Amino acid sequence: MFDALIDQFWSLTFSGIALGFIYVLIAMGYTMVYGVLRMINFANSEIFMVGAFATVMVSKYVFKLSNDAIPPSSFKLFFVILCCLLASMLASALLAFLVELVAYRHLRNRTTNRIAPLISAIGIGIVISEIVRILTGARTQFSPNIVPKKTLATFQGAEIRLDNTLTIVAGLILFIVLDRFIKYSRLGKGIRAVSMDEDSAKLMGVNLNRVISLTFIIGGLMTGAAGFFYVNVYENVKFNMGFSLGLAAFTAAVIGGIGNIRGAFFGGISLGLVEIYASAVIGTQWKPVTVFIILILILLFKPNGIFGEAIQRTRV
Amino acid sequence: MINLRDKGAEFWERSNRPVRVLTVFAIMAVVAALPYAGNTFLQTPVAAFDAVLVYPMGMFILMALGLNVVVGKSGMLDLGYVAFFAVGAYTMAILGTRTGLNTWEIMPIGIAAAMFAGVLLAIPTLRLRGDYLAIVTLGFGEIVRVSALNTEAIGGALGIAGVPFPPGLGFEYQLLDQKYFYWTILVMILLVIWVIRRLTVRRPGRAWESIRQDEDAAELMGVSTYKYKIWAFVFGAAIGGGAGVFYASRSMVIAPDNFTLNTSILILACVVFGGMGNIWGVIVGATILGYLPDRFRFLSDARLLLFGLVLVVFMNLRPEGILPRKKREKAIVKKGSGASL
Repeated sequence: MFDALIDQFWSLTFSGIALGFIYVLIAMGYTMVYGVLRMINFANSEIFMVGAFATVMVSKYVFKLSNDAIPPSSFKLFFVILCCLLASMLASALLAFLVELVAYRHLRNRTTNRIAPLISAIGIGIVISEIVRILTGARTQFSPNIVPKKTLATFQGAEIRLDNTLTIVAGLILFIVLDRFIKYSRLGKGIRAVSMDEDSAKLMGVNLNRVISLTFIIGGLMTGAAGFFYVNVYENVKFNMGFSLGLAAFTAAVIGGIGNIRGAFFGGISLGLVEIYASAVIGTQWKPVTVFIILILILLFKPNGIFGEAIQRTRV
Repeated sequence: MINLRDKGAEFWERSNRPVRVLTVFAIMAVVAALPYAGNTFLQTPVAAFDAVLVYPMGMFILMALGLNVVVGKSGMLDLGYVAFFAVGAYTMAILGTRTGLNTWEIMPIGIAAAMFAGVLLAIPTLRLRGDYLAIVTLGFGEIVRVSALNTEAIGGALGIAGVPFPPGLGFEYQLLDQKYFYWTILVMILLVIWVIRRLTVRRPGRAWESIRQDEDAAELMGVSTYKYKIWAFVFGAAIGGGAGVFYASRSMVIAPDNFTLNTSILILACVVFGGMGNIWGVIVGATILGYLPDRFRFLSDARLLLFGLVLVVFMNLRPEGILPRKKREKAIVKKGSGASL
């Protein structure tokens, strides 16, 4: 039973960390919004999906990449990666901005009912995924290979592939930039102030609507980047792909303590690893069950997540 | 926008007993006669109208009433309600195909199984609040579905086929003419409404209301919040399980795909859309959200898109739902002004 795990331990670890970084980036979309609004952004999984589609569209129709064509030279490859990544990030950020405007802004000021914004976010998630389904069809679409799956080095018999390495390195850079940004920039301070106490922040001159909007946009940028890395590694997209990844990323955010971006980092990486190890031991089909059993166990013993503050007392 | 809820309550308060009885009977007669309205403008283009009345409409109303006790009355956000529906349906399918028991004998077993699942989930998780509860219940729903999907002994992805119809009670349940199914589910709905109304005005109802408004204050006032939260959860689970048993028996075949997160969300949408906490609102919400997608099936491709748009637009216009819950404060103001007059 554990043979597969022991034989391929390092290769599994490596792909687990890469998957973990994808979760970390999506989890940023959840955790930042939750930190500010104390609400789950249920449309974040669709924001991720649109980011992934943006990469496929740009690589297919702008750069005319396909698996039959000659792979681009290294300078052009760098340019292609940059454009795809930016396209994904911008598409997702724009969508996140619209989601906040349509689903949250009006309701936030009008009602204390916390389920109404949830339903309207779910509604807009349905709208987005249905538009994508109608435009692109219900079948899985394959993406051309963007970053070649070249083996860079071997470690204990495990291949260290270029696409996974790119995910890990770029994911780490994005995370550090975000973490510094939240800590030191003016806007980051505004975001932290709002997440501590909305009313006091307002009194201190923080423009609430602007900060919330920008929080969604930053979350969207991160989620969009995750879309690019996902396409890079797995090379397929589908209109409902956001659901399972979004759920796992949200779980990652909760494990780390939602609202806390370093917690989400930890949660994402550990969830990625556990998922990949568990798939090797008991089979991929039980993956969702293991994820949730871990979640329930963690919440039982650490009800605020591993690094969470005491925010579980917020009410429905 | 006009407040339909207050208009209705006003009418009810102004009328005397004969008028009230007459109103109830008139409404009941119209509702019971609905299966004969199939050839009018109400007709659904693809599915037969009497079948739509049973599923989704009747089923949605039943489940939304059960979920309303958890979400609307006690304020606990449950995103995995479909799990209890699935437990009921699988109990029916397994026992119905492998033992000689009929639907009515399996009904209490299915309800008990769903209640047991409810207790199992409630005991560890009801200490959590708010969004964490939401995500754990969501996870529970997925665990039940994925377990059913991966267990070959209960059919795996194909599910279970050949679930028997309920035995007739002086009439025969038929596939092509579902009015008996409809009337049965109507009786179930009335029974549930009656029980919920009884509970609401008694100790459990008041305990739920106090938990929803302020859990800490309720605890300090001596309400055993944990106990009543479990009761609300288990009560909701029982209704979901009963609906599941009937669903499996009517549909003859069930598969894990019938029990996705989408169903949970749809039922929650019914509750919020109609008006959380108010049973009449919930019924209206479930009727509309159950009926519309089938009525507009000719828009086949844009159907779900439209559904999403309706949710967004409607939530923004009426965040408290079509028929919002009674406002306690409103009642107090009314009494006060009445006294001063």
